[in-house]
Amino acid sequence: MSRLVSRRGLVTGAAIGAGTLLSGCDRVIKVPAVHKLIFSGEDIQRTLQRAVMGRDALSHEYSASEMSPIFRSNGTANPNTPTYNALAADHFAEYRLRVDGLVARPLAISLAELRRLPARTQITRHDCVEGWSAIGQWHGPMLGTVLKAAGISSRARYVVFHCADFIGGLPYYESIDLVDAFHPQTILAWGMNGAPLTVPHGAPVRLRVERQLGYKHAKYVMRIEAVASLDNIGKGQGGYWEDNVGYDWYAGI
Amino acid sequence: MASIANPEVAADEEGKPGQTTVFRHRLSTRLWHWLNALTIFIMIGSGLGILNAHPHLYWGQYGANFDHPWLNLPDWPSWLTIPAHYNLALSRRWHLFFALVLGFALVAFMIVSLVNRHFRRDLALRAEEVAPRNLWADVKAHLELRFHDPDRPGAYNTLQKLAYIVAIFILIPLMILTGLAMSPGMDAAWPWLLVVTGGRQSARSLHFIGMALICLFILVHLVFVALAGPINEIASMITGRWRLPDDEA
Repeated sequence: MSRLVSRRGLVTGAAIGAGTLLSGCDRVIKVPAVHKLIFSGEDIQRTLQRAVMGRDALSHEYSASEMSPIFRSNGTANPNTPTYNALAADHFAEYRLRVDGLVARPLAISLAELRRLPARTQITRHDCVEGWSAIGQWHGPMLGTVLKAAGISSRARYVVFHCADFIGGLPYYESIDLVDAFHPQTILAWGMNGAPLTVPHGAPVRLRVERQLGYKHAKYVMRIEAVASLDNIGKGQGGYWEDNVGYDWYAGI
Repeated sequence: MASIANPEVAADEEGKPGQTTVFRHRLSTRLWHWLNALTIFIMIGSGLGILNAHPHLYWGQYGANFDHPWLNLPDWPSWLTIPAHYNLALSRRWHLFFALVLGFALVAFMIVSLVNRHFRRDLALRAEEVAPRNLWADVKAHLELRFHDPDRPGAYNTLQKLAYIVAIFILIPLMILTGLAMSPGMDAAWPWLLVVTGGRQSARSLHFIGMALICLFILVHLVFVALAGPINEIASMITGRWRLPDDEA
């Protein structure tokens, strides 16, 4: 009988223990030291990935037959601001991609000029932080080409993408470091699946940074800013989701 | 069954006549066991939290809302997820930090267990153990709730060894491999990840199946701990010392 009781006690104890542990996780993460420790995983993951990854290691490129039949859009479907709507109404003829910050020659590039730059075409997999994936074809100049044309300063450490869309009234932005900025597959895509980029997918220009998750692939890019630090951009975490929700800045995993 | 047998040590150091306890679990085994208990618990809770963001599973390289899932899952209730409300960012923070703990602890445990010969002494299956006749005898012994060979009470039985071998060498490595294959960064670093898993969405599906099998392992493990005498079993995984059953002492 005593064994039975102890078994029943074990089951009850295990259930209570599991429940306590689950809710304990929510309490313990509020302790600053624990929060810092758990959030340090991002830096460890980045350091480890960069250690085993060649600087120019390419994301897998698929064949046309492997593409998703329908490539869903995500995030903002249409910035729908007066400024953006005016640009879109005119097929982005008045659009100028500004490149500034720590550069020798600030640029304002029209869509026509962007389309004349040597372009790369790549069929890659888009991995959303939510878990789904879609394979599509992207077309546009390497970001590195544009940054070199602007004469990016040796003091620059990050590239910030300011976007036309707002989420919950806050402007969308993203940032990457120079390792990813000068990666051969990091392009300013103006074409997708053989056609000009559509509004739901980020027209006229979106970033492709293939070794990271979807939220890093800023859509509706209006301005590219080279900076030495992310501290004074937005709330300082390097992106809309990073600032407001706590996503990892390094989204390679 | 939380038992890691070490009959040789038991005989040499602890198995003196008249004593009723044997030293059964080395410090490395005990540390790894409890670290894993915490880590896997957090991995399952945070993993289900992540799964709630898109509770559909696909086979192949891609899979999203317009594609055909092989499995549609319900939303996991808040009492099962970490955190206890939907927060993909925080679930990922927990998951990706403890993924490092899981992976490196496994590597450390494997190295230590090779060096101290825990694997060879306690886990390696002998040919006669896996003969169908003996396997059947072990199944019958389990059904009769006899878990210990009276001649070698500290040793694992065959089914127990098989369960541990599957967990240590198949299930946990599968979780790590399929977890890495879901990382766009790691797929660029190690392109073979996509080859061996069959694609990112296949990796994601296998990750879920592996989690379900680990849950099954945990359930069976806890049932046998309870049947074998929970106080003695749990105490032995804390102190290392296991009290011999009265009829076997």
